[in-house]
Amino acid sequence: MVADARRTSLSSDKEVSRRAVEHQVLNMGPSHPATHGTVKFLIELDGESIVDMDVQVGYLHRAFEKECESGTWYQAIPYTDRLNYNSAILSNLAYCMAVEKLLGCEIPRRGQWIRVLAGELSRTGDHLTRLGAACLELGAMTPFLFGIEARELCWDLQEMLCGARVTSNYIRIGGIQSLIPEGFEDRCEASLLEIDRLLVDFDRIIIKNRVFVDRFRNTGKLSAQRCIEFAITGPLLRAAGIPYDLRKSEPYLVYPEIDFDVPIGTTGDNYDRFLVVQAELMQSLRIIRQCLPVLRKTRGESANVDDPRIRWPAKERVFGRMEELIQQFKGVTEGLRIPAGEAYAAIESPNGELGFYVVSDGSGKPYKVRCRPPSFLNTQPLAEMMRGGMLADIVPTFDMINMIGGECDR
Amino acid sequence: MSSLERVRNLLGDAVLDTHEEHGDTTVLLARESLRSSLRKLRDDPELRFNMLTDLTAVDYLGREPRFEVVYHFLALDLTPHGSEPTRVRARLRVKVGVPEGDCELASACELWASANWMEREVWDMYGIRFAGHPDLRRILLYDEFHGHPLRKDYPKERRQPLIGPRN
Repeated sequence: MVADARRTSLSSDKEVSRRAVEHQVLNMGPSHPATHGTVKFLIELDGESIVDMDVQVGYLHRAFEKECESGTWYQAIPYTDRLNYNSAILSNLAYCMAVEKLLGCEIPRRGQWIRVLAGELSRTGDHLTRLGAACLELGAMTPFLFGIEARELCWDLQEMLCGARVTSNYIRIGGIQSLIPEGFEDRCEASLLEIDRLLVDFDRIIIKNRVFVDRFRNTGKLSAQRCIEFAITGPLLRAAGIPYDLRKSEPYLVYPEIDFDVPIGTTGDNYDRFLVVQAELMQSLRIIRQCLPVLRKTRGESANVDDPRIRWPAKERVFGRMEELIQQFKGVTEGLRIPAGEAYAAIESPNGELGFYVVSDGSGKPYKVRCRPPSFLNTQPLAEMMRGGMLADIVPTFDMINMIGGECDR
Repeated sequence: MSSLERVRNLLGDAVLDTHEEHGDTTVLLARESLRSSLRKLRDDPELRFNMLTDLTAVDYLGREPRFEVVYHFLALDLTPHGSEPTRVRARLRVKVGVPEGDCELASACELWASANWMEREVWDMYGIRFAGHPDLRRILLYDEFHGHPLRKDYPKERRQPLIGPRN
């Protein structure tokens, strides 16, 4: 009797099957609290399972390429800060290396060591943000604070280097912005010890936590083959088991002289991605530790290209001597003249291969500056990673992809 | 054999020009046979360009053909070598001229999944259509946007219609 009554409350069997196949469409974003980045997901849901989704990017587009084309080669450097604002120095570096490739100049060895150190500091900050935020996505506030505290130490060191914490504007075409201040190496060593201590706490609280493991393992999977087809690089590709790291595969700067490993995963799920990023973080700290003695030893050597047409003279000489004043004036007003041609240079950024394709027509302005954004390409297969998964798993997967709006949307 | 020689032998007449400025191997390919040329670059057992890392366009206003679509390919050696990092076998830049009057090019989506969003971006920014693309919509800009902003004749100061929220 009861069963019959239940049956009549639904109009018919046909109705039941119609409801079963009816999917719900959900708008998530563009400013959803869990998508830290302005991005919109249009999700087709069957209950809580994702049937399909459309990822819509572009909300942070601010005409990076168009702006670069309207200024001088130097004026594009601050714009590159705002690509991946978590690791601005590495964006500066990729752009400057592409321009230097066109110029055919090589910077002195001290400059290269400083670039490696600054870049690894930047990478450390980026990875810490990603790991900390990943815990926050699951509702764990404490590890996030450990991560942010460690990132503060990195940013303090960056501030010592270039006076800015986030948008560093540190790397210059033909060298670096300013000399390394006195006492930097000691402060750096002390900070590294502090970061180590915080990472131990971080590790203890999160890595064996049942909730964390259950939410991360077997979610957001993407096979190595699909990663290659989607041109995914960086920790996402390495978590799928392919040890492609530009610092080893196509070494630049002084990386061949530095001892470090390329951690890889096996399954390509979120848990492996987390572990790979965490292991890379330790490798970055290891690289920084190897830079410090070299910097101590080479203190006093020049870090910039000795050519006033490329790297302007030091300020004290500009203010005191006629020739240098003219060089600075010409450099600022006319811009650096880059020989006509095209070049592509790429570095390993925290998200993968960050490349710049630059075209010069021989004038003082870039003809074309194309940023090959790892975030953009890494976000592309999100729909494929999530199909068949649960709605709630979008949030941690999206964090491990580490889509940075500034870089993805340019 | 260098990868440039191999590409020349493989593609024959489809190669219009080559250069190796700054160590970047570059080939200019014919537009008509682009799809088959790209397929050969991917499937040739010696070259095997398995990753399309970058796809963009450049507007050479006043030159014929006006646009150049630029592909950056990467050949990764995927056979494991113990604990060695993955080797990069070769990189290749492929350029294809696209005239203003007939702004269309064959899509590479079937060959490399990564082409999908990048081709959408080139359509969005330069107005070059990709024949055979499964879903050629604007990607970074919104549907109501007029014109294609990275064309050199698009003035930087131009205003665009403001749109309200939609659902």
